[in-house]
Amino acid sequence: MPDPSLEDADPIIHIEDVHKWFGELHVLRGVSLDVAPGEVVVVFGPSGSGKSTLIRTINRLETHQRGRIIVDGIELTDDIRNIAQIRREIGMVFQSFNLFPHLTVLDNVALAPIQVRGWRRERAESDAMDLLRRVGIPEQAQKYPAQLSGGQQQRVAIARALAMQPRIMLFDEPTSALDPEMINEVLEVMRELAASGMTMVCVTHEMGFARAVADRMVFMDEGSIVEIGPPAQIFEAPQEERTRRFLQQIRH
Amino acid sequence: MSASGLILHPAEPPPPAARLGPAGWARQHLFNSRTSGVITVLLVITLAALLAIIASWALTSARWGVVTDNLRLFLIGLYPPAEAWRPWLGLMVVSTLTGFSAGTWGGPLRTTAVWLGAAQLLLAGLMLASPMGPVPAFGMVLGAGVIGAGAMAARRRPPSRRLLRWAWLGSLPLVWLLLGGITDGVVLPPVGTDLWGGLLLTLVLASVSIVLSFPLGVLLALGRRSSLPVVRILCTGFIEVVRGVPLVTIIYLADIMLPLFLPGDVRIDRVIRAIGGLTLFSAAYLAENVRGGLQAIPRGQLEAAHALGLGAIAIHRFIVLPQALRMTIPANVGLFISLLKDTTLVIIVGLLEILGIGRAVLAQPEWLGAQVEVYVFIAVVFFVLCWTISQASYRLEATLGVGRR
Repeated sequence: MPDPSLEDADPIIHIEDVHKWFGELHVLRGVSLDVAPGEVVVVFGPSGSGKSTLIRTINRLETHQRGRIIVDGIELTDDIRNIAQIRREIGMVFQSFNLFPHLTVLDNVALAPIQVRGWRRERAESDAMDLLRRVGIPEQAQKYPAQLSGGQQQRVAIARALAMQPRIMLFDEPTSALDPEMINEVLEVMRELAASGMTMVCVTHEMGFARAVADRMVFMDEGSIVEIGPPAQIFEAPQEERTRRFLQQIRH
Repeated sequence: MSASGLILHPAEPPPPAARLGPAGWARQHLFNSRTSGVITVLLVITLAALLAIIASWALTSARWGVVTDNLRLFLIGLYPPAEAWRPWLGLMVVSTLTGFSAGTWGGPLRTTAVWLGAAQLLLAGLMLASPMGPVPAFGMVLGAGVIGAGAMAARRRPPSRRLLRWAWLGSLPLVWLLLGGITDGVVLPPVGTDLWGGLLLTLVLASVSIVLSFPLGVLLALGRRSSLPVVRILCTGFIEVVRGVPLVTIIYLADIMLPLFLPGDVRIDRVIRAIGGLTLFSAAYLAENVRGGLQAIPRGQLEAAHALGLGAIAIHRFIVLPQALRMTIPANVGLFISLLKDTTLVIIVGLLEILGIGRAVLAQPEWLGAQVEVYVFIAVVFFVLCWTISQASYRLEATLGVGRR
């Protein structure tokens, strides 16, 4: 799957020597990473390694205190206009879905295009229905999130993020809160999305998914990137002892 | 059931019947032991005796004339009898809107409509027994009829909901204008608010204060969580000061102090001053209720909204406030019910709402000693009002799915 042409393209996400502290805690210690357009990057590592924090800095849900992050040519600063512009380009899917419980599935998906992009309701809703068909649950459009299974909710969350027509999708452990039998339906949607050429950064422990879909894998530990490489290298011949040990642990 | 594959063995016996007959229910709940049987019997006898005493008083020795003879006072106070059609017309406006809204939205508004209609029919009966006579009574029956007709019309051809909302918003100043009249008006000669009284004043005070304190309270709650220190400190200070002072004091202050701060030629109407005091008071409490609701919204909701690129205003309007306000319905309805009852405190600044009228009526020599009748009547009026509000709020909770999540 790794696509050599990706190496040459200008990065769509440029992360350079990023540091972040939570109070005294140094959670990101000089992280640098470039993601090319259309690339699928899987970030993995032990809990507390800073992987979630890293992808949350990409759309400014977390601020970084040192270093630079440039997304699609726009540098992330405290300027609210930049942040708003970048968030329009980035979709995000959370571990706990975070659907809006008081809105129907259709309204969950159509809200942001109407309010942020200024689309007419008819257009936003017909687009939302297309997306719900794409993630395989058009028949649930009029239901409320609480009436859906976890897997269905996460698929709605993906549709909701896609409704803004983002150029980048961030996934923060999208299957970790799901019952085992529902993980595949979500991974299936993510696979289809990757095949469509979407730039994706996924924090996940689904190694089967990573092996099949990722262009590159990033192993993080203690706030730093330990190793970056294509799945073949990470799985068959990891360069670092820590990577090897972690992979052994999660495989049992 | 069997289609869903939940029943494993077709031959399995059905679950035992959950329903008991009335006799079975009584045995299980009232007479399940000797002690409980004795308690049941004793309580029933006591209740029956109490009821008999109350009924015999109410039907034989009570002098209900104090209510019927003074019914106009109780309803509209000293409002000039020649202009009495104006409050009735105002009630008609509200009835029409309630009817249409009940037919359009159903749910809590239907409950309100039913009770408003019933109350008007009851009043019609009272009016027939009073010197007010059949004309206003007919107006009341008409009001109840308008509610039903409006509901049915709206059922058949639902009006625009946006139009209805605007009509409700506009009805408040419209009714106020209708009651107060226009200076130099020929059709609507001015009627000073010092003449408004009785139930009319109670309802005006309560409804205007409720309508005004709601947005004010929400703004205060948001302000208290603002990231701008000046806004936050001002809102917090206001809430804490108001909550730390008894309502009586606030009404006094609004009545006496406010004119001192204003230039001499600016005179604020006494009723408006009272509304101001009530509004500020209930806004502070409402703000704290809403703040509780705001705090209960999970962080993930905000993160998801931010990640979608929604701005601060859109996040509050579409994500935060709908959820927070829904959660605080029970607390806010409780607040509004107590506000309705607290309107009786304006008696201290000389306003004659229904309780004040009651005291004035009791000062008449011919009705000396009729306290019980008067206070029972006032208690019943308040109970019906509060009951309507709380029933409507239960329906509202059910409609919005509070606690379902």
